[in-house]
Amino acid sequence: MLLIHCPYCRMARPESEFRYGGEAHVVRPAEPANVSDADWAAFLYMRANPKGIHAERWRHVHGCGRFFNALRNTVTDQILRTYPAGTPQPALDAHAEDGR
Amino acid sequence: MAGLHRTNGGGRIDRKKRLSFTFDGKSYEGVAGDTLASALLANGVHLVGRSYKYHRPRGILSAGAEEPNALVAVDRGDGRSAPNLRATQVELYDGLVAESQNRWPSLAYDVGAVNGLFSPLLAAGFYYKTFMGPRLLGSNWAWHKIYEPLIRRAAGLGKAPTQPDPDRYANGFAHCDVLVVGAGPAGLAAALAAAESGARVILCDEQAELGGSLLSEWSIEIDGVPAAAWLAEAVRTLAASPRVTLLPRTQAFGYFAQNFVALAERLTDHLAKPEPSAPRERLWQVRAKHVVLATGAIERPVVFPDNDRPGIMLADAARTYVNRYGVRCGSRAVVVAACDSGYATALDLRRAGVDVAMIVDPRPSGGSAVSGAVKAAGIAVETGATVIATRGRQRVSAVQIGRATSGTWVRCDHVLMTGGWTPSVHLFSQSRGKLAWDEAAQAFLPASVAPGQSQRSVGACRGAFGIAAALEDGFAAGGEAVGWAARARDFKVASDVADFSGVLGASNPGAHESKAFVDFQHDVTVRDLKLAAQEGFRSIEHVKRYTTTGMATDQGKTSNLNALAIVADHLGKPVPAVGLTTFRQPYTPVTFGTIAGASRGDLFDPVRRTPCDGWAQAVGAVFEDVGAWKRARHFPEGSEDMHAAVARECRIVRSAVGMFDASTLGKIEVVGPDAAEFLERLYINPFQKLGVGRCRYGVLLNEAGFIIDDGVIGRIAADRFHVTTTTGGAARVLNMMEDYAQTEFPELKVWLTSTTEQWAVIAVQGPKAREVLAPLVEGVDLDATAFPHMSVKAGRICDVDARIFRVSFTGELGFEINVPADYGAAVWEAVWREVQKHGGCAYGTESMHVLRAEKGFIIVGQETDGTVTPDDVGLGWAIGKSKRDFVGLRSLSRPDIVRSGRKQLVGLLTADPKLVLEEGAQVTAEAKPRVGTPALGHVTSAYWSAKLGRSIALALVADGRARIGARLNIPMPSGDVSVDVVAPVFLDPKGERLNG
Repeated sequence: MLLIHCPYCRMARPESEFRYGGEAHVVRPAEPANVSDADWAAFLYMRANPKGIHAERWRHVHGCGRFFNALRNTVTDQILRTYPAGTPQPALDAHAEDGR
Repeated sequence: MAGLHRTNGGGRIDRKKRLSFTFDGKSYEGVAGDTLASALLANGVHLVGRSYKYHRPRGILSAGAEEPNALVAVDRGDGRSAPNLRATQVELYDGLVAESQNRWPSLAYDVGAVNGLFSPLLAAGFYYKTFMGPRLLGSNWAWHKIYEPLIRRAAGLGKAPTQPDPDRYANGFAHCDVLVVGAGPAGLAAALAAAESGARVILCDEQAELGGSLLSEWSIEIDGVPAAAWLAEAVRTLAASPRVTLLPRTQAFGYFAQNFVALAERLTDHLAKPEPSAPRERLWQVRAKHVVLATGAIERPVVFPDNDRPGIMLADAARTYVNRYGVRCGSRAVVVAACDSGYATALDLRRAGVDVAMIVDPRPSGGSAVSGAVKAAGIAVETGATVIATRGRQRVSAVQIGRATSGTWVRCDHVLMTGGWTPSVHLFSQSRGKLAWDEAAQAFLPASVAPGQSQRSVGACRGAFGIAAALEDGFAAGGEAVGWAARARDFKVASDVADFSGVLGASNPGAHESKAFVDFQHDVTVRDLKLAAQEGFRSIEHVKRYTTTGMATDQGKTSNLNALAIVADHLGKPVPAVGLTTFRQPYTPVTFGTIAGASRGDLFDPVRRTPCDGWAQAVGAVFEDVGAWKRARHFPEGSEDMHAAVARECRIVRSAVGMFDASTLGKIEVVGPDAAEFLERLYINPFQKLGVGRCRYGVLLNEAGFIIDDGVIGRIAADRFHVTTTTGGAARVLNMMEDYAQTEFPELKVWLTSTTEQWAVIAVQGPKAREVLAPLVEGVDLDATAFPHMSVKAGRICDVDARIFRVSFTGELGFEINVPADYGAAVWEAVWREVQKHGGCAYGTESMHVLRAEKGFIIVGQETDGTVTPDDVGLGWAIGKSKRDFVGLRSLSRPDIVRSGRKQLVGLLTADPKLVLEEGAQVTAEAKPRVGTPALGHVTSAYWSAKLGRSIALALVADGRARIGARLNIPMPSGDVSVDVVAPVFLDPKGERLNG
């Protein structure tokens, strides 16, 4: 069971308190009516599936209830950083994957 | 004396405490401290099992968790039967009843042994090659119907118990600074060092006693005292420390991310009369700051022809039996030692009175350090030779010693072999640490710890062999784990074995390879492995699956490295180039009980019950599961079946009045100055202009434009809405609302609260609904003009504050009373008394379904399946026409949504009015369509309508609305059913009944 750091509760809690929420930073167009069919289809269905760092949404559903974002390495299943929803994706420093 | 082969003194057994037990129905005696294996050996019993494929007689190979052969079933009665236990790990208790496995009719005479005669047919991949035809009845018919059942019956291991497990299993979570896995010398030293600093330490070991290899040492001294005395002092020190938890009989079986380790503790299986209420096993889930792995090493068998006869065993196991259990495994031994530790074994056996006929050392130059002591003891040593053949039907009686194919026969009654030691890197590998091949050690050793883990491997499991090395390595790691920089301690160990190197692979390549066993439990020989390589398998993962080597319950603990070396040798590649199979949890088998813990029976899954549930149970309602809820499905009277009960309930609702427990509906209180704007953006309907006290039927889409939920939404105040959802969708809808409130529209001031469990909801439906409520309510004018359809009023009922909705899911005049859940049962009973006065009834979910289907009301999840738009089910009218955006709006103009030919909701009436269609049945244009004809759609709901005196059905049909009036077909196995397509409202299309 992973320990996940909730950026709102500011503590690491067990994975079972959280729910995965898909890729992060997928922006809903402000004026959907003005979006082309192709762009709308991309918004609906096209998602990154990287081998490596993935920015994704999690919700502390059995805790504070807040949505936040996480950077996870999909190869090692390590969550390297969590940050509040609505903030830009942070840069990872060179030692992010060294350990805790 | 409990057993003929018991020594007179020494060891860790209590010779005075006699224990009786039975094995295959025969009685034996052992002593306290024995395992089943040591007690059997003390009685001269070597034949304990039959092999999986050839049913060859097999004996006890090892003295620990790696045992491949000696699998037994232990039966304690009352369903307490455990198959596939390793006799080497089963602690003896008085009255133990054990049975051998995989033999019929008896262990000594097993008809399955005839398989050995057909062994050429059963070589590697025999499953894939032999059992292929005939294909008369489909490609795999013969395999599924004939071969597989036969093979399973013939080759199964133990029998699973058939009765429910009567035992209780416990579960614990623990946190510590240092978790030490393995209480051999390395683990003990690590725990001592960590404990000295005051850290919280957990030390676990799968054996009954802590000590690991020290339990089997006879001659070694540590810091000037005998190993046993040093061990006793170390355990005393640890036990006295309040911050140290000692867990014997506890197997660390899984190592997961972030130092999360799963342990299985055996609590009562070793007791003759366990406390009936005591848990049998406990699952520990440990989160450790640091983990020290001190898992030791496992001795490798030597691969020679017929190396599987009973009496042929691992050398260090024999040393354990004689030193720890005081058991001689025979009177005359031949030791096959490709590792110096075998020489030490020979010396210990000689000391215990065993005649050691010879040490055979496949290494050309033989052993180094201890060979002098062996020669001094007068034991003959033959170097550069190996065993080339063995004899003995149910017990080895002689071995032929030589080179290539010629040699001399030596009489013996047991053979002790050691090919060297394989570090136990299972847990390290599970933790995703990287292994690297170490040429000097001829072993895979831990190379780098996985990110996120804080861990050290110490002692033999990282190639630091010998007791002194293990102690020093362990102490340093234990100190390091608690932040001591380089605080080392010297341990003085006298007469330690210095060299633990060995050999890998076949000891005598080319000779009788079909009888030279590598994997004992799955009967994989040198020939099988070479055959796999010849047939083109290159990766060890593929060789493993093709030959099944390493796939038995022992997971190849004794065989994997030999198999790897044989394949590498055959392919002419270095061992690391062939690869290593993946180590997976669990390290040894774990009972389902331990994993399940308390989560079974009534505690398997939470059950949700409504406030009115007790009443429904008392009147004999039949329940159905809806998600976690128990819902009353119908209320049978007398001997009514469901059909009769539902027909009666529906008739009464339409003619008088019925009451229905709708408490399971999801309810969300949406509050805030922007609450209306928020709902406007989420639902397809307009909400800004909904008046206070009015309700609207809301439809919720996902961004792809498909219906995912619906429900009535009432405006309680300008800034407050009472939103209802489907029973199953409550949590999903709240999650979606939170998502949009938090991340897409964070500028809106709106707060969401689940109130599903706060309100009990009683629906009162039917022409008499108003008369039923009138005497119960206060401050609510029920008059049709004062309280019109689709409105909501706050008031009191039975002296309780209530929100009363005038809504209808039946098409009749109806109210839904929401009262605080605590009052639900009392209000229900008060309403029930009034309902009875008007000849009414309680109705369940089945009648609710029929009543709504008669009106063509959809159920999300029944008429919709995640690909259905509002227009598809005739709900296009609900979309707020002036809205510029809501979730899913943009998708409603996607090309696939606006194309013609989409499936649309229609009604179907069967030509035969008595016939009720099957839900899910396909709809086609033609009767008897050709195979491969695509269906036009499918039946989504089908019921008997008592009101209409005929069957009705709803269906999604391509271009359905354009087909109204047409005749279509439902092809069924019993024949085609013709149906007329009609509008999806069967009763009161103008909605006049709503007025009562």
